[in-house]
Order: sequence, then structure tokens, then C-alpha cells
Amino acid sequence: MKLQYLERALAASRDGKPSAIATHLTSGLQSLIEGTEIEGNLEIDITLKAGIQSALADDRSNTIETSSGNIFVEVFNPKLRCFIVGAVHIAQPLSRMFAELDYQVTVIDPRTAWATDARFPQIELSTEWPDEALQRLKPDKRSAIITLTHDPKLDDPGLIEALKSPAFYIGALGSRKTHGSRLKRLEENGFNQQELSRIRGPVGLNIGAISPAEIAISILGEVTAVLHADRIKVREPT
Amino acid sequence: MDDNQEILEQAAKWKAEGHGVAVATVVTTWGSSPRPVGSKLVVNEANEFLGSVSGGCVEGAVIGEAQQSIVDGKPRLLSFGITNEQAWDVGLACGGKVQIFVERAE
Repeated sequence: MKLQYLERALAASRDGKPSAIATHLTSGLQSLIEGTEIEGNLEIDITLKAGIQSALADDRSNTIETSSGNIFVEVFNPKLRCFIVGAVHIAQPLSRMFAELDYQVTVIDPRTAWATDARFPQIELSTEWPDEALQRLKPDKRSAIITLTHDPKLDDPGLIEALKSPAFYIGALGSRKTHGSRLKRLEENGFNQQELSRIRGPVGLNIGAISPAEIAISILGEVTAVLHADRIKVREPT
Repeated sequence: MDDNQEILEQAAKWKAEGHGVAVATVVTTWGSSPRPVGSKLVVNEANEFLGSVSGGCVEGAVIGEAQQSIVDGKPRLLSFGITNEQAWDVGLACGGKVQIFVERAE
């Protein structure tokens, strides 16, 4: 393995750019694919290129069979991102646990008394309004968005931007009753039932969570289950 | 820190110190293998290693093959699992199957 390829692939993913390393599993020939640029001694034909593109799109490294042998395509995508609206108590363990799962975490709260470095050491903070922050940060399909404030004037703008984005997970903290009135307000903002069904509320898996850390675990469990939904379906009964 | 970043930094450090280094990567899995595709282990010629390619079941065999790769520069594709004849000594206890690619770090 050429260490400089690994170094460049990891640097690209830190810069938010996808890349891949393709390795021929018999000869060891290897190339780095970064956008349209290809460098290395493994020739990348059109078929292999298509395989690499779909591996990147699926965010899944895999072995591709070609006429010249098996080729391992290792995908280096940018980190998954998580946007938490509300620098509240639950956001503290939740942001830490997301960081542990290697997400790039941003906590958004315009209330500067809540969004402080002392309360969120080593976590990226934004004191913009949730809609402004999300418009700037542009959540993509590798993003999760969670609102925690219970306050419609903060949660709703965040959820409206979330619904406009392709985020893979949108969750809103609050009771069934709160969630019901939330959906009604969002409907008045022009979203239909199908769009609104993307919001998971009450947020998280039902594990009887009480403490902030337990609620964080229930949210992380649900986010992970949604992220890996295809793996759950294919799992064989034991 | 990202696992791959740790592997890279360790490999680069050993290379800079003049060690021979090999990298093992999980390239295919079937069933309930313990580490996902892309998981890496880096090893030097003194048998020091970092990272993992299984729950500890096949690391010994992988490190042995990695030593050969460091010497001859040739990559190796290793298979472990219940259908493998090695199953009784270094197979996976979880019943999964795994293919591991071993290559010298350049």
C-alpha cells in the first residue's frame, strides 16, 4: 500500500471531498481516485470507474470482480455530520456520543448563555438562528439533524430547513402531544404528510430513557438504525 | 481520532524509523465477521502492531503472513472462516468468513 495515497485520501475526506483507493488483489497494483484525477499503476477502465462511483455513492467499500481479476475499492467519504439544534442539557451527552461515533458535530443555539465552550468543550458551536446555520452548513444525505429545544421559535426554523435538505435522519424531541401540534404548524408552512413523516418524533428508540445520557443513547440507537437500515433487513434470523 | 488516521501515522512513523512495515485490510466479509470491510492492521518486522482485522482470532496468522510480505514485497490475499481448513486452529469463533489483503507499505 502506498502510504501517500492513504494520506491523501484521508486529507481529502477531511476537506469534505470523496476519494477512493483501488487495489488489484493479486498483483497489488494500486491507484488513487480523487474526483476526476487518477494516479497510480492500476488502470481504471470505464466499468471499474462506474463501480467506484457506486461504491462512493453507497458509502461502502467492496470488492469488484473484473475481467482482469478482483479489485478492492476502499471508499473515503467525508465524515458523517450531525446538527443539534438546542444547546440544552441533553445536547451535552448527545454531542459527545456523536463525536465518539466519529460524526462531525455542530450544536446550534442563538442563546449565547447556553451555547458556551464551557458547556460543550471541543464541540463546534453556532450561535446563528437554526435556519441561518443550516442554510450555511448545507446538510446533505450523510447528515442527521436533531432539534431539542421544545421551543417552536427555535425548533421550527431548524425543522423547516431540515425538511428541505436530503438529511438521512431528522428527529425532534418532545411528547406525542407536542409533536402533534408541531406537525400541524409545519403543515401550515406548506409541508405535506409524506414530507412530515421524515421527522422522527418523539425522537429516539423506546428504551424507557430518563436521564439525558439515556435519551442520547436512544437517539443514537435510532440514528444508527436508520443509517444501517439495509443491513437490518438482510440480517438472517438466528 | 479516525482509525485509518492512526494506522497511517503509525505506519509512517515506523517507516521513518527504518522499519519494514505491512498493512492488512479486511476486503470481504460473509456472515457475522467481527470487523467491517476496510478495517486495518499495521505491523512492523519486529511484530509490533496496531489496529485489528478480527476480534483477535486471526491476527496471529495475519501478522505471520505480513512478515513474509515485508521480506519479499509480494501482496497476499488470505481467507479465514468456517470452510477454511485452518478453521480448527485460527478460524473465527463467530462463524463468519473474512478475506484479508496483506501488502507491504511503501
